[in-house]
Parts: sequence; structure tokens; C-alpha cells
Amino acid sequence: MAAVHFHNVTLGYDRHPAVHHLNGEVASGALVAVIGPNGAGKSTLLRGIVGILRPLDGSIHLGGLDSRDIAYLPQSAEIDRSFPISVFDFVATGLWRATGLFGGIGKAAREKILRAIASVGLNGFENRPLGTLSGGQMQRVLFARVLLQDARLIVLDEPFNAIDSKTTTDLLALVKHWHGEGRTVLAALHDMEMVRTHFSETLVLARGPVAWGPTAEVLTPENLMVAMRMCEAFDDSAAACAADDARSQAA
Amino acid sequence: MVYDALIGPFTEFEFMRRALAAVIALSLAGAPIGVFLMLRRMSLVGDAMAHAILPGAAVGFLLSGLNLFVMTAGGLIAGFAVAILAGVVARSTGLKEDASLATFYLASLALGVTIVSIKGTNIDLLHVLFGNILAMDDQTLLVVAFNATVTLLVLAVIYRPLVIESVDPLFLRTVSRAGGPAHLAFLALVVINLVNGFQALGTLLAVGLMILPAGIARFWSRDLTMMICIAVVAAAVSGYAGLVLSFQTRVPSGPAIILVATVLYIVSVLFGRVGGIVRQLFPGRHLEA
Repeated sequence: MAAVHFHNVTLGYDRHPAVHHLNGEVASGALVAVIGPNGAGKSTLLRGIVGILRPLDGSIHLGGLDSRDIAYLPQSAEIDRSFPISVFDFVATGLWRATGLFGGIGKAAREKILRAIASVGLNGFENRPLGTLSGGQMQRVLFARVLLQDARLIVLDEPFNAIDSKTTTDLLALVKHWHGEGRTVLAALHDMEMVRTHFSETLVLARGPVAWGPTAEVLTPENLMVAMRMCEAFDDSAAACAADDARSQAA
Repeated sequence: MVYDALIGPFTEFEFMRRALAAVIALSLAGAPIGVFLMLRRMSLVGDAMAHAILPGAAVGFLLSGLNLFVMTAGGLIAGFAVAILAGVVARSTGLKEDASLATFYLASLALGVTIVSIKGTNIDLLHVLFGNILAMDDQTLLVVAFNATVTLLVLAVIYRPLVIESVDPLFLRTVSRAGGPAHLAFLALVVINLVNGFQALGTLLAVGLMILPAGIARFWSRDLTMMICIAVVAAAVSGYAGLVLSFQTRVPSGPAIILVATVLYIVSVLFGRVGGIVRQLFPGRHLEA
């Protein structure tokens, strides 16, 4: 059964597409890497999946998943770390599904939060303000929140950017653990070696699908070259797009 | 002597007791709103909103003279209209909220001035512009207290989504649709508190008792709850000291309150333990961890 189904979906901003005509599906329990150069539309695609961005065309269906069954890890640049909130309180927001607007955080929930913080190696950081954390520590905090969300579909936007190898190894182990539990994981990544070694399925994106399938077959120099040559035009006077069916079928 | 100067005015004069009750109500409700305005980088939005409610109050004055209920209603209608329209346009078009708000508050101001000029009345808006907390009657005090109560209740309801939306708006959008309504409700609270403030401080200074205490609190704590508490105390102290200053020196009450808050702000900038100038110049020996 598919966890995510793309039907000729186009996502973008102000009529300008960032991802054209994507068709295909992510199987339930899959571990999928989304790769491509900067501006390829990786983050846009992930935002479309989690419902932050509405498609310009086509549709995205989440197979039987409620929007609250999705955990999304944004790029940390999207977070206002100057806001005076502690690590504990920030991670606790991952319990929103259980607490909503008014639900209290009882002893059991408190234990859960502390366990999530501990499992990303941040014991003792509970009262630290977000603004005092390093980039790697912040990334661990975001993973702790995803842990707490206990979601069936996990969407990670460049989760290993600008962090050291120890942190990367620890967090990658968590990702594989989620996969082992049967959760569906999609991650936008740049590290080709990591993708080759740890991700069974890959979508190569370059404002449109270049290739999608088993990583060993998809991660070829030819496909990467095609992705690198993608058109980055952003033209207000461009003609309206005629659906490129042949291209989407080939993908 | 000290008793006569600091406490005597309040035991002796009922209007001073009413004024003190009003500034405490304004502090309890306005200061937390100010903290969120500051943390959401909307401090100047508060100022713009203060301009937006002015025409509504002026129209209320034209219709019924110096009737604070009608003026309050006018201010609320104008403020709500501007806040909601600006919020809706910003959220549905991607236009930045400050640009959207600037457009609507200028339109509101222009509309108000046009209405006044068509009426051809030379009205005395000094009361609206600068307020007069010492002239507050029981009914007005009740309106201020009611608005403060509504503010605290609504803030309690929207507190959680407001915090999450401030720190990580994308996350909130993935787990809940509460972000939009919470933001609009917050803008409504800003308007309510500005209208509340203009009874006491006038439209030009109403935002002062919201933003200055928030700025003060930022220099003393990194914790949101503590910041809100400090802001409330700073606002109440400014209100009390401003009233005493006004009583003893005949300085107008609104400016006196804001000037005291300004002094507290300057002291905080200098000596605050979170980023204060002296603390930065003389940080002491570094810690082990």
C-alpha cells in the first residue's frame, strides 16, 4: 500500500513551478532519499507532502494517513531560535496530537519527553534555551521532537546539514530505527555516499523527476549529470506550461 | 513625608485610586501582549495599530461627543477591521504583514480624516490623543477591567499555538490549523489593549505600556514565563510611579507613566543581566561549563 501517491503534481510559488509533473508513489514503510542540486525542489516537494504548500496542479494523496500522522523536520533555518523557549518545552510540542490546545503534560508525558531528549544524547539540556544550542544540538532537538510525534510518515528536510560525523551517525541510526519499525521515511539529502549506503530508494529531482527507483539503479553519473544541468529559469513572461506527459511517464 | 508623597495621594483621593486600579489592569493585560508583540518582531505593528484606531475613535466622538463607550466601539471597529484585513491579506497573498498593515492603517487614517473634514467640525481630540487616566470614572474603569479580563482569558486559550507559531510556524502548520485563528485573535487582543490604553494614555502613547515593559523584561530573563511576569511588574511599577510623579509635579499622567517606563528601560539596557551593556563590558570570570 502506498503511503504517498503523487498524481501529476506540480508544486511552486506564485505560478512558478519548483517541481513539475511528478507521478509515482512511496510505498508504506519505504526509506526514500530525495536528492538534487540546490533549487531542485526538494524542500518544496516535502512541504507539499506535509500540506504546507498546496499543489499548483495535480494532487498528492496520503494513503489513509491523517495529517497528524506526519512528522516533519524542517530545516533549522526556519526556526526562530531567539525565541525564549527551553529544549524541554520545544520538544514537548511534539505531543501536540495528544495535548492539543489545553491538554496538560502529566508525569507519563514528562517521562516521555525526557526519554526522547535522552535518546538523542541531550541529557542535561532540558532547561537550555534554544538560542544557546549549537547547530548539531539543535538538530538533535528536532529529532527528539519527531521521536515524540510517533508518526507513521516521517519527512526530513536536510536533516544532516552542517553537523559533525558523530551527530550524523547517531541521528542516522535513529532514521534506520524508524525504518525498522515500519515507518515511512522521506529525507532530502546532499550526501551521495550516505544515500548509496543507507537508503534503499532514491528520487533524483531537478525541478522535475529525473529518476526514481532503487538507489543502486538510480544513482548513476548520467542521472546526476542531468540533474546538475537543470534549468533554473524563473521567468514572469514564460508561457503557460503544457503538461509534459512523456517526461513524467519516463520518470 | 514618604507616606504623604507615595501613598497619601491614593488614600486621600478616589480618582487616584481609580487611576491606580486602571494602570494595574492595563499592566496585567497589556504587558503580556507586548511581550508577544516584541518576540514576534511586531513592536511597530502595535504603533501602526494605534494609528488605525484613531479614526474610529474620532468618528465615535463626532457621533456622540465625549462618550467613551461609543469612542471605544469606534476604535475597536476600526482596529479590528484593519487588523483582520491586514492579517487575511498577508496570509492569503504572501505579502509581509507589516506592508499589508501599513496599507490598511494608512487607508483607515485617511478615511477617518476624510469623514472628519466632510463633517466640517473642529473637534477637540486632545483627550483621545493623550488620554487622561486621572479623569477616569467608574464606568470607564469597568470597561478597562472587562477588556483586561477578556484579554487574559483569550490569551490563555491561544497561548500554546501562539508560542509554537512564534518559534516554529511550519511545524504548527503541519500539526494544526490553529496558527491562523490564533494570530488573528492575537491581533484582536492588540486592538483591545490599544483601545484600553487610549482611555488612559491616549492613542499616541497607548502602545507604550505594552512595548516598553516587554523591552525591559528582555534584558532580565531568557524564559518566556518570567519575561511576562517581569513585564507586568515593570508596567505596574511604571504606572504607579508615573501617577505619583504626575500628582506631585503636575506633569500630565500619560507621559509621566511612559517616562518612568523609559527610565526603567534605560536602567535595564545598562544593567540588565541578559545582554545589558555593563554585563557585556564586565562579564566577570568565565565559567567552567
